[in-house]
Amino acid sequence: MELDGNAIGGLLQDVFGTEMTDARATCGTCGATGPVAETVVYLRGPGTVVRCKNCTSLLMVITQVHGLNCVDLEGLAALDANSD
Amino acid sequence: MAGTAVRGRLTWQVATVASVAAETDSVKTIWLDVPGWPGHRAGQHLDVRLTAEDGYRAERSYSVAAADGEPVAITVERLDDGEVSPYLTEELRPGDQLEVRGPIGNWFTWGTADGGPLLLIAGGSGIVPLRAILRHRLRCGSDVPVRLLYSSRTLADVIYRSELDQPPDGAQVSYTLTRSQPPGWTGFSGRVDEAMLAKVAWPTSEHPLAFVCGPTRFVETVADLLVARDYPASRVKTERFGGA
Amino acid sequence: MTSPVSRGFHRRNRPAGDGGKIPPGQYLTHDFPVLSAGPTPRTRLPDWTFSIRRGGETLRSWTWPEFQALPAETVTVDIHCVTRWSKLGTRWRGVPIGTLLDQVEHDAQYVLAFSDGGYTTNLPVRDLTGGQAWLAFDYDGQPLAPEHGGPARLLVPHLYFWKSAKWVRGLDLLDHDQPGFWESYGYHNYGDPWREQRYAGD
Repeated sequence: MELDGNAIGGLLQDVFGTEMTDARATCGTCGATGPVAETVVYLRGPGTVVRCKNCTSLLMVITQVHGLNCVDLEGLAALDANSD
Repeated sequence: MAGTAVRGRLTWQVATVASVAAETDSVKTIWLDVPGWPGHRAGQHLDVRLTAEDGYRAERSYSVAAADGEPVAITVERLDDGEVSPYLTEELRPGDQLEVRGPIGNWFTWGTADGGPLLLIAGGSGIVPLRAILRHRLRCGSDVPVRLLYSSRTLADVIYRSELDQPPDGAQVSYTLTRSQPPGWTGFSGRVDEAMLAKVAWPTSEHPLAFVCGPTRFVETVADLLVARDYPASRVKTERFGGA
Repeated sequence: MTSPVSRGFHRRNRPAGDGGKIPPGQYLTHDFPVLSAGPTPRTRLPDWTFSIRRGGETLRSWTWPEFQALPAETVTVDIHCVTRWSKLGTRWRGVPIGTLLDQVEHDAQYVLAFSDGGYTTNLPVRDLTGGQAWLAFDYDGQPLAPEHGGPARLLVPHLYFWKSAKWVRGLDLLDHDQPGFWESYGYHNYGDPWREQRYAGD
């Protein structure tokens, strides 16, 4: 199922310990920057796959293996959570 | 308090169903009693978790249908091939318990400080968070002008119709019906397109803020149309809905 | 804190009632869920090729007409997804992978299947031969739809269905096993549903 970063707000808060949908994600492949909310997210498969809206490259992959979140962020050049 | 950023780990908390009401043949609004609900911004959602007797768990996300300060509510559309939505819309009764966590989402939200004028475009159940924005605006006594364009299959599928048929001051509501229209229909027909937006969308000279919510293809089409009308991408906020 | 039971809620799919027909932890489905890790590729048949490569070199390649000219067979198999749904009696038409591998000389023990969109999955060569795997192009009597992996996908029903790579475009022959996409993110390297090999270490 193809949705956007809004759909994984709860999961990301679990992983990062803070709200992330308005964090700025910079794609490591094409350099495009935008809120995590506007990334393209694939759900309900073996894992959660987050892709760049501009070039479809992988940004993040999150799987849950025996109850642990396994997070790969290698596709991101930067991920900046808002600090208030 | 409304408007505060969410910090720290979200925890699941028990919610009790307070009441359930039908919006359409396949859509129900469910009011939840959530002790310790911290308040929320319009547009945020909550995650629902159901646990079966055998321990099986399912989680889904639903936009909060109410404004901050009103009882917490979600509006759920029953999807025929769904696992959770048929349960929530057909089985759930007052007194039943489920778990929720939230509120979630700092991007697709609106508060009075965000200003306007607002352009809200909904496809199907995408109306839910936009209705929360409208209710919040009303509760705050905001005079930010708002236009809502709401696409549904038929008039019977329009959610919150009695409320939307009587928009508050400064709010204009337009419907478009894509599958069939009743006799004498004076609203729009067919899918949202360039011609329809030309009649409804604020000109960019007004620096509008747009919120688009609905199925993925709907949101992509509408967002592209708004950007083609020179809405800056940063002023078009989108939320794609999925199913089941 | 234990979660309260939501009265009357249950899983939509049910375990098979006839015991032993589906692997442990699986539930029967009657629809065909569409799961993917990326946008659906839309490769046009004139642009489609299937290649067997080794060390970066293409050993053999088929265009769509060449592929369609190969002897194909219709098979009915059960499929098992690691997300716990199983679908029985699915009908496919495809070319046995053994037929394709027979056309190259090699001594590789492993392959990395690669697909449009960048998906990969690894398998031992011996799991692709002997009537265990196909390059499938028809499902249920119709050309394979793009959302289910068309024009052609791998079909390896004895392993979890993530090994049946959608939109497959070829096989890289390897001397040493190398994890593919989901295998790199914690999923089992082999993936036998009958031994419930879902995650690495299972």
